[in-house]
Amino acid sequence: MLVSANENFSSYRVFTAIFFRDLTVYFRYRGSWINPLFFILVVITLFSLGFGADNQALRVYSPSIIWVTALLAVLLSLDSLFKTDFDDGSLEQLILSSQSLYLSVLAKILAHWLVTGFPIVLATPLISLMLGVSLEVLPELSLGLLLGTGILSFIGAIGASLTVSLASGGLLLSLLSMPLYVPAMIFGAQYLQDAIAGWPLMPSLSMLIGLLLAAVVLSPLAIMAGLKLSVEA
Amino acid sequence: MSLRSGQGLHVAGSNGSGKTTLLKIIAGLSNDYHGSIGWRCSNELNPVIDKSDLLYLGHLTGVKSLLTPLENLSWWVSLCLPAYPIGSDEITRALQQIGLNSELNTPCHFLSAGQQRRVALARLLVSQQRVWILDEPFTALDHSGISQIENCIKRHQSSGGMVIMTSHQVVSNLELIQLNLADYQQRPN
Repeated sequence: MLVSANENFSSYRVFTAIFFRDLTVYFRYRGSWINPLFFILVVITLFSLGFGADNQALRVYSPSIIWVTALLAVLLSLDSLFKTDFDDGSLEQLILSSQSLYLSVLAKILAHWLVTGFPIVLATPLISLMLGVSLEVLPELSLGLLLGTGILSFIGAIGASLTVSLASGGLLLSLLSMPLYVPAMIFGAQYLQDAIAGWPLMPSLSMLIGLLLAAVVLSPLAIMAGLKLSVEA
Repeated sequence: MSLRSGQGLHVAGSNGSGKTTLLKIIAGLSNDYHGSIGWRCSNELNPVIDKSDLLYLGHLTGVKSLLTPLENLSWWVSLCLPAYPIGSDEITRALQQIGLNSELNTPCHFLSAGQQRRVALARLLVSQQRVWILDEPFTALDHSGISQIENCIKRHQSSGGMVIMTSHQVVSNLELIQLNLADYQQRPN
């Protein structure tokens, strides 16, 4: 009993150490969390300018616009998820830690999501104003982006772990992640569409939640293998 | 080739002869090899060293340049020695002992290469691991730094620890078994 309690405490200590270290690093390097937010706001501004006065069209296309820009914003930020750790050798120390790499990976992705995906969720009111989406669906829109950016971060991290040892793996990362993103994209946009049109939400919402849970539980396994391969190379 | 408690191994060889690769294989970071590695007399049963017994310090030290020496070392302690109650005063003392006094709270990218190396080497002072694998630990260190690390290795060996290291510096002060990779290289026919 005592041993297992100690084990749990050790895992917890490793998890929080990685989580808070990554947050500290992100906050000292502001570009990491300002870039995705800035990107999504700029693209959505351009879209709303491009559509001009045609509010009706904007409202019809806004679910896919929101999803595509969120997807690209997350994808752009993922390049840096393991890169600095790989470059300075922290990744080797992570892999050699006696505690489970699974939790370390989970901590890293959570910290990364908190500084890249979560600001996008916080910016939802601004996004829906710019796209002319009624503020009544704001809770649904935020929930959709909350689940969506989570799915995108976890799935994209698989690609990031595989391309971390490449000097410029950005393009390969997009190529690897795109097919995996398709289900999330389809159900995510569907959910927003349903919310805006006032249709029942349960089917697409449960698919999104299912995708998120599967991504959280399963993607660290692939990421662990990817990181070990990258360090070995 | 076998290593007992208290012994050390110095892997020598010219550039590109595979010293780092060998250390990575022993540390369990690479599976790309033929042959077998044993740990605690077991051959092949558990081929890699227990992670809780291993301190690996590679070319890339794992020191984050945006963090301060204190943050770097306490992160490493939580990561690699989570079960040991090593407090922040002990971490501060280790960093001071290795020669970082006024720089404790300065982000590492303001420090010189030698000082950054010292931040990484301060791990040796708090280490509880039995096996140290050090890849070129003396790079960028000055004379006093080198002798400090040598003393550290001696103390580790005398308390029953093992060291496997590479170095282009002369390590005559240390009692190490020499392993020259040139003896094992395939000669071109």
